Order: sequence, then structure tokens, then C-alpha cells
Amino acid sequence: MSSNKKYWKSVEELNENSSIVETLKQNEFVEEIPTDEFLGNKEALETSSTTRRDFLKYVGFSTAAASLAACEGPVIKSIPYVVQPEEIIPGVANYYATTIADGYDFANVLVKTREGRPIKIENNSMAVSGSANARVNASVLGLYDSLRVQGPKKNGSAISWSDLNSEVSQKLNALSAAGKSIVLLTQTFASPSTTKLIGEFKAKYGNVKHVAYDAISESAALDAFQAEYGVRGLADYDFAKASTIVSIGADFLGDWQGGGFDSGYAQGRVPDHGKMSRHVQFESNMTLSGANADKRVPLTPNQQRVALAKLYSYVVGGSVSGELPNAIDQAVKNAADQLKMAGKSGVVVTGIQDVNAQAVVLKINAHLNSEVCNTKTPILTRQGSNAQVNTLIADMKAGEVGAVIMSGVNPVYTLANADEFTEGLKNTELTVAFSTKEDETALVSQYIAAAPHYLESWGDVEMKKGHYALMQPTIRPLFDTRQFQEVLLSWTGIDTDYNDYVKNVWNTEVLNGASFNQALHDGVFITTATTSEEENVVSEDDTETPSHNAAQALANVSAAQGFQLALYSKTGMGDGQQANNPWLQEFPDPITRASWDNYLTISQADADKLGLVNEHVATGALDGSYAKITVGSKSLTVPVMIQPGQAHGTVGLAFGYGREAGLKDEMKTGVNAFKLYDGFNATPSVTISAASGMHEFASVQLQNTLMGRGDIIKETTLEIFNTKDAQVWNPMPMVSLNHEETPVTSSDVDLWDEFDRSIGHHFNLSIDLNACTGCGACVIACHAENNVPVVGKEEIRRSRDMHWLRIDRYYSSEETLAADVKKKEEFDGLFGDNGSLGGFGEMEAPADNPQVAFQPVMCQHCNHAPCETVCPVAATSHGRQGQNHMAYNRCVGTRYCANNCPYKVRRFNWFLYNGNDEFDYYMNDDLGRMVLNPDVVVRSRGVMEKCSMCIQKTQKTILDAKRDGREIVDGEFQTACSAACGNGAMVFGDINDKESKVAKLKEDKRMYHLLEHVGTKPNVIYQTKVRNTTEA
Amino acid sequence: MKESYQSLDDNSTFNMKQVIYRKLTSKILNLGLIVLLTFSTSLYAQDGDPAKGKSLFNTNCAACHKLDKKMTGPALRKVESRLADDHGLDREWLAAWIRNSAGLIKSGDAYANQIFNEYNGTAMTAFPTLSDQDINDLLAYTAQDKPAPVVPVAVPGGGGTQGEAGLPTKLVLGALALLFGLLALALILVRQTLNRFAEAKGVELTESQKNGSLWKSFVQNQFLVLVTAILLLLTSAYFAYGYFMQIGIDQGYQPVQPIQFSHRIHAGDNGIDCKYCHSSARVSKHSGIPSVNICMNCHKSISEVAPATATAEHSKEFYDGEIQKLYAAAGWDDAEQKYTGETKPIKWIKIHNLPDFVYFNHSQHVMVGGIQCQTCHGPIEEMEIVHQESPLTMGWCINCHRETNVKVEDNAYYTKIHEQLSKKYGVDKLTVAQQGGLECGKCHY
Repeated sequence: MSSNKKYWKSVEELNENSSIVETLKQNEFVEEIPTDEFLGNKEALETSSTTRRDFLKYVGFSTAAASLAACEGPVIKSIPYVVQPEEIIPGVANYYATTIADGYDFANVLVKTREGRPIKIENNSMAVSGSANARVNASVLGLYDSLRVQGPKKNGSAISWSDLNSEVSQKLNALSAAGKSIVLLTQTFASPSTTKLIGEFKAKYGNVKHVAYDAISESAALDAFQAEYGVRGLADYDFAKASTIVSIGADFLGDWQGGGFDSGYAQGRVPDHGKMSRHVQFESNMTLSGANADKRVPLTPNQQRVALAKLYSYVVGGSVSGELPNAIDQAVKNAADQLKMAGKSGVVVTGIQDVNAQAVVLKINAHLNSEVCNTKTPILTRQGSNAQVNTLIADMKAGEVGAVIMSGVNPVYTLANADEFTEGLKNTELTVAFSTKEDETALVSQYIAAAPHYLESWGDVEMKKGHYALMQPTIRPLFDTRQFQEVLLSWTGIDTDYNDYVKNVWNTEVLNGASFNQALHDGVFITTATTSEEENVVSEDDTETPSHNAAQALANVSAAQGFQLALYSKTGMGDGQQANNPWLQEFPDPITRASWDNYLTISQADADKLGLVNEHVATGALDGSYAKITVGSKSLTVPVMIQPGQAHGTVGLAFGYGREAGLKDEMKTGVNAFKLYDGFNATPSVTISAASGMHEFASVQLQNTLMGRGDIIKETTLEIFNTKDAQVWNPMPMVSLNHEETPVTSSDVDLWDEFDRSIGHHFNLSIDLNACTGCGACVIACHAENNVPVVGKEEIRRSRDMHWLRIDRYYSSEETLAADVKKKEEFDGLFGDNGSLGGFGEMEAPADNPQVAFQPVMCQHCNHAPCETVCPVAATSHGRQGQNHMAYNRCVGTRYCANNCPYKVRRFNWFLYNGNDEFDYYMNDDLGRMVLNPDVVVRSRGVMEKCSMCIQKTQKTILDAKRDGREIVDGEFQTACSAACGNGAMVFGDINDKESKVAKLKEDKRMYHLLEHVGTKPNVIYQTKVRNTTEA
Repeated sequence: MKESYQSLDDNSTFNMKQVIYRKLTSKILNLGLIVLLTFSTSLYAQDGDPAKGKSLFNTNCAACHKLDKKMTGPALRKVESRLADDHGLDREWLAAWIRNSAGLIKSGDAYANQIFNEYNGTAMTAFPTLSDQDINDLLAYTAQDKPAPVVPVAVPGGGGTQGEAGLPTKLVLGALALLFGLLALALILVRQTLNRFAEAKGVELTESQKNGSLWKSFVQNQFLVLVTAILLLLTSAYFAYGYFMQIGIDQGYQPVQPIQFSHRIHAGDNGIDCKYCHSSARVSKHSGIPSVNICMNCHKSISEVAPATATAEHSKEFYDGEIQKLYAAAGWDDAEQKYTGETKPIKWIKIHNLPDFVYFNHSQHVMVGGIQCQTCHGPIEEMEIVHQESPLTMGWCINCHRETNVKVEDNAYYTKIHEQLSKKYGVDKLTVAQQGGLECGKCHY
């Protein structure tokens, strides 16, 4: 019964004499089968003694043996303590308040320890500084870094501490007797105890100099503040009080002046009683601050100086020369008007590394009498002085320095003139580096004094004047390490340990009679009598003229030749101390969404001029051209990332990458931008030329625009928000039922019957798009809480990233996102000027200076979840508390659920990341595994995983309440992300508790669901973004 | 590992034997005591009542003194005669020491100071309230001779009892086998005789053919073959399934532990509450294996077991040896009564192993649910060596969640939920399952 039907296989077959058809008929496999790979080596095959029969026997035997062995369970040993410490109960977490102070990041934190192991960093609600950022959250992994120095070393070989101490103090005594100088080159400690200790060290050895060095210098701001207010510190800003914020080149939501300002900023951004702050940003790179601004004006660094000078003249008075394009001048004028209108709730900040610029800003704020800018309790966490560092290097080169003792710094990596520094080290008789790694500096020092991680150390910090913090060890030192202060004590001959020393200093100088133990418990201590109010502001009027001169000097900039390079620090990497931290390497940059790299950011227009391209390869991954950049005599070849919003004529490059020593090969990513940081100039002129080759980026987001889909990120303006009905700016999506528009929430258009969820808990997570600055602390917190694996650059390129929580970043394609929506709605037909075919093509490209929106997306825990219905083995199911459960042990890995998820939040384990040498990050070595959360299972290969809404945390809260026999109060339920969010953007709770914050947010008129028209009824809710677009 | 499985039947016979045996020993002990008492009173007939003395000793002295062994203080057997012989000290001195040793030391008494220093300057608690009579009683008690070590009376041959039980079955079986053997032999003989007759009479034998045709007909009958094949397949599938389903289920798992810690003695005989040692079961997901310092709370003063603790299987010496292992682990020098600091953590073998992907919380069940430990762990207080009583399979968990009511009384957490849910389901008592205790995510995350 043969059929006469002809099955066409290709169009080619229509062509009767096609050679292709004939060839294919003869040859089934077009590509040659690579048999050569395993059969090619004739010699090896012939000499092999294994016959085919033997081979089969071996295979058969090993299979049988393996399956037999698998039937027998392993013997598991359980070894209890001999003497169990009172506070440790296996299975119960302990929390300790401590402080990170690594010279770049300073924050009060709570450390969660399990069975004596620190496993997570959380926010300390009593914190005097801002909340923990992504790097601080990730810092716990540094404790378990397998490349830490495990003991002191002398010239590369191990030495004991007692030998090191006696040798070094002998040498110090000799140097001191010979009258040679001893230099302590350290990070900013801001530590009262350390300061006192260094004083005693100085007293003992005489000719001692202490040089504080910040890798990314804030020297100009410090100098300006010191000149103005007499204290070497930085003004403190509380943006919650601001109604108008004007920033000129200051990424204050990033790491500007130590960071930590985002919580206050976010508070002021949530429209409350119809009011929110207005934020105008002038900047060259696209930064977090620029992305969050209501108005963003791209400017070159030189233009920023003029703009600041002009702003000064518009606000304070007087006139300054200097040219600005008209539109920008107008923008500056508008900003000035708004500042004047805001009065004392207005504030200006700047990131220009120039004493004049910083002085001018202090003047403007003083003139406005700004209550945002607080000069009475200055921030003390930056102390570095460019001049002192430069002098030191010169002295060292001249051989005038007898000893250099370094702690918390890596100048051979972070100095632009590292060669000179290295040369200087060689001219120095004694060089000691306190370091946790064999980093670039440690390798060229005589002694490596193995330093402990901050979670193993004692210490104290004065964050702001009168705001103190304590650091306490949360684990016994893992290795034979001693902290700088401990060793300094023994060199000074003080017979006490640093713990007692700190206690003593606090009892005599800080606490003023308060309890040390209470302070240690809290981690913070604020002296009630902060500062003497009298010696305050130097009177304003008589400094008018000098500050005017400063403004004028600022405006007198020579026009830059070629491009200006704006060096910046990335949210993930900071100054590069934690370059060996895989969490941070894989952390996607909030703006570019690229991980594992730094790159030259450039505007599309400039890239076109220079012939630089970004393109997608067949897998969808992003590639970028290389460019050669030259600053002065130094050149680097860097990959190029086209960055919407980058000011024309400028390029950006991030610090912190290109480390070469003390880290795994996988982490040796990017290029070292410190090489171009000549003379601490963060905005040097640069020449750029295209170089050959393409660089492979690992970017987790490849679609940059929303294509006019306004229902994904709903946004409106403050004006409309205040005046119009919610239905106008936050409409309920309609679907068609019998050709009639029906609201999607109607039960008539629902495929499923609704369950009654009014009994017990029903969890919801609210995300406020106004308060979210995109800082990414939640991403790392989620990583740490849920044992999310790191997959590496290659896998990220294949879109196999495992982050349970991502922060999507969208650019507008028109001027604003609203204009995108309008454009899409006005499409008419497929073709033509207004056709959707061409139109959508255009909309894929972001605008030159786009509006930006951030949107954290995790599993939406849909009540009508599409993933649940397609799972053939019911591995994913719904709990009545609203969580979408995932039973890993049940999952067989069909990935149907991921395909059916409209939010693309499910992650598949393509490999056994915790037991595969190819993924040598942290999960496959015993040390790194110590960071794993024992309450969350480590997933195996071939299973799907996703956000669980931290069910382990909600379950624990419930159990605690059950055990105490009490009801749960609002705020007790937290997820890792909501707890990490210092901005209050994420609020988690039980909506069946009608008094809870989240229940009220659910009823808020700004509330919407992501892709509501799909009808998934998610348990994650979003709050519409409101922009304050009102010009003065 | 698993070779040490023991059938439960064995244990039960033990217990029976034990009871008998313990009664016996105690009787012997009592007898011995009476003999001793009469004997000793005749020797040291100084108005003291050793029985009263014993109870006084146990309430006041036993925390620091033993009769035959140094503890916190010296061994006290025959203390009076020893002091009198070696140091020429009389009962008066002793009374003074007991009532106020510190005063005696202060007064510069040579022997008082010597003994004070010998015991690292640990001052003895003063007992000013003890009357002369009390002291007399006490000394009478200490003056008694050491009872002769009680050798566990050989319970008439272990094999004997077993033999008695085993004999009839074996005998019957043997007799039966013999019977069948004889029958078979008889049949063969009969057949042979018949065959011979047949041969003699020239009858044709068609036996083999018959057999063949039965097999043939069976093979030819496709239906029968099919049915048999299906039956065979089903049976083998049944057994294969049974085999595969028990893989990974270690019910009865009873590994040999580094120290034979007997729950029978601790939880059973001594009635120690489970949560005294497994204290973290109250607050943690782990019940916790007690750290060695918990053991030492008691074993600092219990360095040997009472003779009555020994069983037929394990002698007193055996148990004392196990306590020595504990001392080695804790680094406790029993002779010197101090810690040496050389510890050796005990590597217990974990018996109840849940897979990583299961979350189980002891405190949830023990504190909130009020579930007895024995519900899952079986009669622990009877187990000499602990074995895994329950299968610990998901089906077993789920079943219990279906059947068990949640303990909601006096728990403010449940008040509202219980009220609403019981109304919804129209029941008085809610099972765990009705509260959502069957949801995947409650145990798997």
C-alpha cells in the first residue's frame, strides 16, 4: 500500500536538475562525521591490547558494579563537640553586629552565623551609615576565599609570626636609631583605636609618618571641606529631606564619597501627599544616579565644570565667563531656579575631583542654607591625601624612606605610577604588606603579613563625627593570620591584645560611661553630645569673593582635545579589592547588564565615527570591537560597549578590573583602568582608535527597550499622578470576551476557578519602582541566601545565568518611555512611514539620551501559574500561602515550565555546578562551601530552580511564632531581597493581615501586576513609577 | 554497617532473661549485705547504725566522695581506722573536720593542711548540723568491708533454655523428614516390585510417553502458556518492584557505634528525659547529638555502672569499659579527677539519615506538635543499641500528617486560623494535612 504522495523536502526539489538534491540523496550527513577524533590515531588503536570483547566486558562489569554499589547507602558520621559552646545550637542561627571597613566600603552589618560559620551579611537596623550595598553583601564569600594567604611569608617562603615580629621590630629599632623614616601606608581606617595606636607607635619609633591612601581618591573634596570647615571629612547628605537635587557629575547613588546615600534618596522619591523630590543630573557616563534622575543632561567633564560655575553664579549671584551650549545653559538655569525655589530643601552635589568645584558646592549649599547638606557631622571614611602619596613615592624613589608598612592597600595595582612605587619599594630597606591575598603589592614586598578577613577581626570605626561602630570577629581565624593593629601592638611593645585595646579606648574616650557590651551588641554607638556647635560655619559673606574666584577658576578650562575619559567605579567591583569574588564578577552591572568585564562605554554617535561596533552573534550574545585608548604615554586595548546616554566626546572606563595577582584565572577579567589614573585625574584626555578583533561580552540582557509596551513598566508623571484618576495612568488591562472589552480580573475571562486564600497567611511582595535605584544589593543577598550557583562567563553568554532575581533595565527609544508607548500606538499598518514593521525596528535602538527604568523581576508566584499546569511530574505546585513551590527532587528537567513562564524567571541547572571542576568558583571547594545556607538545598544537575519567595525564611518565622504561641506581627516576614533593600523598595508580608504594610500597598492606586493581561494573578506587585518632570 | 542488624525477637528474649536475672542478683546482694552487716557490727560495735549512715552518706557526701575510689575528695572506706593507724587521729578530729574543715585548716592542723593541699585546695563543705550520732552512723557505714564482687550468676546455660524451646521443633521436623524419607523409599520399593512383576508378565510400559504428552499438551496449549507467562512476569515484577522500593530505606539500620551507648540504661532504667541530652530538639531543626560535656555532667561522678546494670550479654566490666572510652573522649583523668585537655571527639555513626532535599524540624514536632520522640523513633528506652525504627519515607511522613491532629490548644498562633479553617471544613479538629501540611514546599526547599 505505498502512497503516491510526494513529500517535498526543500524548494530545491522543484528544480529538476539540481545537483544539491542529488548530492543529498547520496549523502545523508552533509557534514562529515568526526570519526577521526576517536578512530584517527591508527597507531594507538593497533597497539592497544584491549580487544573489542575485552572492552565490552569492562563496560559490562563497571556498569554492574556501579549499579550494585549505588544500592548501598553511605555511612555518615556525626561528630558532636567535646565541649559545646553555650551560644551555639546546631540548626539555629546566631547574629552578630559588626562593621565592614575595608577602606572603600564602610557599613554596619549583622552577620548571620550557622554552626559558627558566617554565612550571610544582613542590614543592621541601627546602622549609622547607609545599608549594605552589593559588595558588602558579597564580602562574606571573601572569608572563604581559597586563595587567601594562610600564614606570614618572607620573600615568598613561610615564616612564623614570632620570627617575623622579632625580625621586623629589630629592623625598625635599627632604622629608628639610624634616623631613617618609617612610613605606615594604610587604607582609611577612620578608627579611633588605630589612630591612638599609631600615635603610640610613632612615640616609640620617632620618625614615623602615617599616609592614608584611598585607591579612588576623594582628596579634592576632603581638601575643600577641610579648608571650609576645619575637619578632614566630607559633608553628609540626607536626601530624604531634599525637594530638589542637582548633581553635577556625582554618582551619589553609586560610590560617590563613600556611598550610602540611596536610602535617604529613595525615601524622598516615593510620592507622598503629592510630593516627591526632583532630581536633575549633569553627567558624562550613564550612572545609577543619572538613570534615576528626572532630568538627565549628558555633559563632558569639562562642560560640567563650566555648568557648576554657572550654577553658582545663577544661585549665589555674580557672573562667570565660560561657554556652554544654549540648551545646556538653559538646563543649568532651570536647575538654579528650582534650587532657589526649594531653598533649604535644595541641594547640589558634585563629583568633579577639583578643590574649587567642591568648594563651590559647599558654598552653594551654605548659601541655600541646605538642610540636606550636613557639615556638622562630617563623614570620616575617606582620609587619603593625593599630595602625601605623591610625596611618599618621591621620597621612596630617592631612598629616603627606611621602612614601608602597608595595610589594606594595594598600590602596585591601584597607582597609575605603580612602576615608580615598585622601584621605591626596592629602595626601601624594610617593606611589609598586610594583606589577605598574595596580591600585586604583597608579591613585591619583603614580608607578607597574613591579615585576617574583617569577619575575623576586632576594630572600631568612626563613620561620621560622633557616630561610632564596632567590629568584632564572628569566627575564629581560619588561617594563621594576625591583624595589622595586633601586630603593631607587639611591635610597639604594648602587652595587650587589640580587643582589650579597643575596649580600653572606648571606655576612656568614646563611651562616656555607656556600656561597652551594649555597644558591641548594637554594633553602633552615637554620642549624644555630637559636636560643639560654636566653631561651626565660617561666616559666609566674607568668603564670597574667594569662592567666586573658585567658581571662575572652575570655568576657566581649556577645551579638551579629543575625547575625555571619565573613570568610574562599577557597582559590582568598586575599587577591585574583591576581584576574586565570583558573586561580584557575575553580578550584572545595573546599567550595562554585562558581567565579568569592564569596557569602554561610548555613545553610538562616537562609535560610528570611530568605526566601533556592538553586534550580536548567532547565539544572541553580544560582541564588541576593541579600541586602543591612549592617555599620555600609556595605552590600553579595551573592548567597547555602546552606552546610550554617554555624553558625546566622552568615554567611560571602570576601575577594579584587570587584577593580575591573588585571584583565580577565571577572575582575571577586564583591564586595569588605574593605569590611566595619572595624578589622580579621573577625567583625563584620551585618544581612541579602533583595534582589531572582537570581544565577547557576557551580558544578561540583550533587549534594551520596551518597544512601547507600557504595561511592563507603568509610569506616569507627578502632575498626572496628582491630578488625574488612577484609571488614566494605571488602567486595568482589558481582554476581549464575546467581542466586548472585559477587565482581566473578571472571573468570566479566567481559565481557572479561584481558590479561597483568605485563611492563614498569603504572602505578597511589593516592589516600588520609584524607590528602586537598581543598586543590586538584593541580587547578591538572594545569591547568598539561596545557594545560587555561579556559572561563569561562558555560560552567561549562553543565557544560562542562574540569578533568581534580576533587575531589568530598560531604555526609552524615544525621548521618554511614554513617547515610546505613544509611537507604538500610532503605528498604522505594516509598511510606510508610520508602519509597525519599520517602526518596531527603530524602537529596538535606545535613544541617545534615554529615560531609564529599573525593574527587579523574580518569580511572580502566580496564583494561576502557567508553569504549574505544564509540569508532567507535578514538581512545581502552589501552596495556599501563595508561594509557587518547586520540589527539586521531583523535577525531571523537561523545562516545559521555563518555556511556559511569561516572566522568564526559571533557571535550569545545566551542570552540577557544585561538583564540577569546570566551575571552579566557590561551590566546588570545601572552603567555599562553608558559605552555603544549610536550610536551602543545593540543587543538582538537570533540575529547574527559581525564586521560592524565601520559603525557608517564612517557614522559620511561622515556626518561631508557633513555638512562642503568639501571632505574627507585620514586618517579621522577610525575604532575603526585601531584608537587603535599604531603600524600602521591596516590602514583603502577609496580605491577609489587613493592617500590614504590604496589604495597604496592594490596595494602593499605584499598584499593578506585571503582564496583568496574561491573567496569571501574580503575588508580586509593582508600584507605578512616577517621574517628577515639572520644570521650574 | 548493616551486618549488625539484629532481629527484634532476640531482644525480647533478652529482656525476659534480664528480669529474672536482675531479681536474682538483687537477692544475692541483699543476702550479702545482711551477712556483712551482722559481721561488721560485731567488729566495730560503736553505737553507729550503718543503714542510717548509708542514707546520710548518700545525701551529704556522695557528691564528692566514694567509698573505694578517689573522687573530688578521698575514698572513705575505713577512714576512721586508717586515720587512727596512719596519723593517730581520733573520731573527735574527724568530727571537727566534718563540721568545719576550714576552721581546722586555719588552726594550722598539720594533717588537715596536708589533705587540703593534696586535693588542690578544694575546701570541703562544712556540715555543722551533723550530730555526733549522725557522724557515728556515717563512720559505721564507712567502716564496713567492701562487699565481695558479685560475679554474675551463670544463668543455667544460655543454650539450655534455647535448647528446650528448639528441641521440639527440631525433633518434629526431623521426625517428619524421616517419615517422608521412609515413605519415598517405600514408594520406590513398591514401584520396583511392580516393575519386576510387569517385566515378568511381559506387560508393555507406556509411562514415559504419558509424561511427554502432558508437557507437550501444555506447550501446545497457547492459552495456558500465555497465562503462565503472564503470571510469571507479574510475580517477578512484583518482587522486582518490592526490591527496588526498599533501596535507600534503611529501616532497622543499626550500626555499631564507637561507644556502645545504651539508651536502655539511660532513658529506660534511669528514666532520663530525652530532651535532657537532646536539648536542641526544643529549639532547632536538629535534635542534636549531645556533646561530651553533657555526658560528663553525670559521668564525672559515675565512673562505673551498678552491678545490677550488667546483662547476660554485656558484663559490668564491658559497660565500665565503655565509660572509660567516654573519659578518653572527654580527656577526663578519673584517677586524678581532672581534665587533661586531650580530647578525642567521638565519631558517632548517624542512624537516621534524611536526604538533603528534605527539611525536617525537630522543634516543630516536639515543641509545637507535642509529639513523643517514640512516635517516630520507636521504643528507644528499650533499645540497647539504637536502630532506625520507622522507614522515614515520604509516604510514612504524609500518612502521619493525614492522621494527626494539630495541637492548637493554648497556642495563640493557631487561634484565628483554627477557627476559620474548622468552620470551612466543618470539623472540630484539624489534621496537619488540612492545615497545608501536605504541600511540597513545606518540606522541600
